[in-house]
Amino acid sequence: MTHQIGALSPTAFLVFSIIKVLVVFTVWLVIVAGLTLAERRIAGFIQDRLGPNRVGPQGTLQPIADGIKNFVKEETVPAEASKAYFLLAPMLSMAPALVTFAVLPLAAPLPTRWGLVPMIVADIPIGILFVMAFASLGVYGLFMAGWASNNKYSFLGGVRASAQMVSYEVALGLSIVPVFMLVGNVTLTKVVWAQQTGFGWWLAFPLGLSFFLFVISAFAESNRLPFDMPEAESELVAGYHAEYSSMKFAMFMLGEYAHVTTSSALMATLFWGGWDIPIWRGDNMVMTAAGVVTGAAPAWWKTLLTLGMFFAKTIFFAFVFIWVRWTVPRFRYDQIMDLGWKVMLPTALGYVSIIAVTILALDSFGVTFGSFLFGGVLTVVSVLATAVFLWILDNDRLLRGGSAMRQDRLESRRHHGAGAAAPTGAAVGQGD
Amino acid sequence: MAINVITVRRPERDTSYLRATLKGMALTFKHMVSPNKVALEYPDEKPPLSPRWRGTHRMEVHADGRPKCVACGLCPTICPANCIRLVPGEDDQGNRYPIVYEIDEFRCIFCGMCQEVCPVEAIHVGQDYENSEYTRERFVYDLDRLMAQDHPVTALWDPSDPLSE
Repeated sequence: MTHQIGALSPTAFLVFSIIKVLVVFTVWLVIVAGLTLAERRIAGFIQDRLGPNRVGPQGTLQPIADGIKNFVKEETVPAEASKAYFLLAPMLSMAPALVTFAVLPLAAPLPTRWGLVPMIVADIPIGILFVMAFASLGVYGLFMAGWASNNKYSFLGGVRASAQMVSYEVALGLSIVPVFMLVGNVTLTKVVWAQQTGFGWWLAFPLGLSFFLFVISAFAESNRLPFDMPEAESELVAGYHAEYSSMKFAMFMLGEYAHVTTSSALMATLFWGGWDIPIWRGDNMVMTAAGVVTGAAPAWWKTLLTLGMFFAKTIFFAFVFIWVRWTVPRFRYDQIMDLGWKVMLPTALGYVSIIAVTILALDSFGVTFGSFLFGGVLTVVSVLATAVFLWILDNDRLLRGGSAMRQDRLESRRHHGAGAAAPTGAAVGQGD
Repeated sequence: MAINVITVRRPERDTSYLRATLKGMALTFKHMVSPNKVALEYPDEKPPLSPRWRGTHRMEVHADGRPKCVACGLCPTICPANCIRLVPGEDDQGNRYPIVYEIDEFRCIFCGMCQEVCPVEAIHVGQDYENSEYTRERFVYDLDRLMAQDHPVTALWDPSDPLSE
């Protein structure tokens, strides 16, 4: 069923686009600022404290106070720093993170007197590829900061940032390949539409393992605990931004929280139906052409409801980010690399093959795409794959503690000792 | 093996990071929603002070507004931080009184010896700690300022009740 609302005239399109850019950018920045407060308050609650609650009611004005403080603080540039790169780095870490919100569908299209307004800043066909491309630009900011500061700790932080982000970029990209295989499109509006009607399931169910891998990679990509190797304050002072002060430092912080927000919004969009409200069918609609809606009839209150749904999902995942950060300690560097290359990458690859084979099999058995059986079989396959993955993760000691490594070391030394000089072997035997 | 090295045997199998993470998340969630917070909302709530807690000085005054101090000079003598400046004076009746009595709260180590040594119970350390200022000069309290303090004073140690019970 399609509804002809009428396309926007070029002038109206321009005006609405400008309004959308301004509003979404502002709201996004407010959310990012709010996250800095939420992080500190939730951290407080988790540690049985109260967190900052003195500026404004329940501390709500704290981000503003922080902003003012950061603007009036002294800007320092190390004497030996490479000035141009030093200034460029904070911009490069913040801007790409903020740009990505442009392609996220925020709500159901809004019918107005001037025509149908899509609730997305730029509904570009390459959607998620754009997000991936810009999200991976963030590493340049971090590495540049580390390099330009001319400080060994910053440099180490930068090196870690680049190594880690490159490693997890691979897993991140591979983890969303099954989404594209199911949806058949990389446009995010189409991904949402497929979850509403075309495929009919929120993809977190038929692609559970993908979601799990995506979450882990997203944590690594946004350099949050347990993956905050680039910062690692106990080892590297403050990592890549150790030499930064005032607003330049704040821009790194904003960049991190913008990454968190974007990642949360992506989790919601790719795997949890985007702005889709579960069960209710009245919001299942997509803009197929300018001014033409397929599915339910659009209405302003539906736009508001779906907008609320989208933000609820996004904020929930942002909360999970914060929750995990204040629960787990940091990985060791080799554990991060092990997890990235030896666990995430093969698992993601294997999962892509499993899903591909399942889809092919379902197709050749004549199961219609979008039927309950199709989604059900995929869900069962996914649950099994996840169970196997978790079982392996649990039992095969893929992520091991230091004592397990010590055991390995002793075993290998004993093994060598048998072939080599006898005293060595004997000494090791006693030592153990 | 070297002396006193203790090898801690940690589990080497079934040490799943994932399981531990989920367990930890349950724990942190429990703490997050728990209403028992240990934070003291400082400017609104204040920690209880012990009766012998020593803080900002206070000079006791007579009913007619004169300081009780008789300018005997014991407190600047006993003061280990040398933070009390006293210039004694004498009126027509031969009563000694302080012309200048200043305490540098920055130098003071709040040992309370001035209070212990005072023969007329004039100078006291007190139950007050909120004495931040914008300049260093403001930390030198003169006589008027010491007399204007109105916080409770510190209880002296009582030998018959050594633990203040």
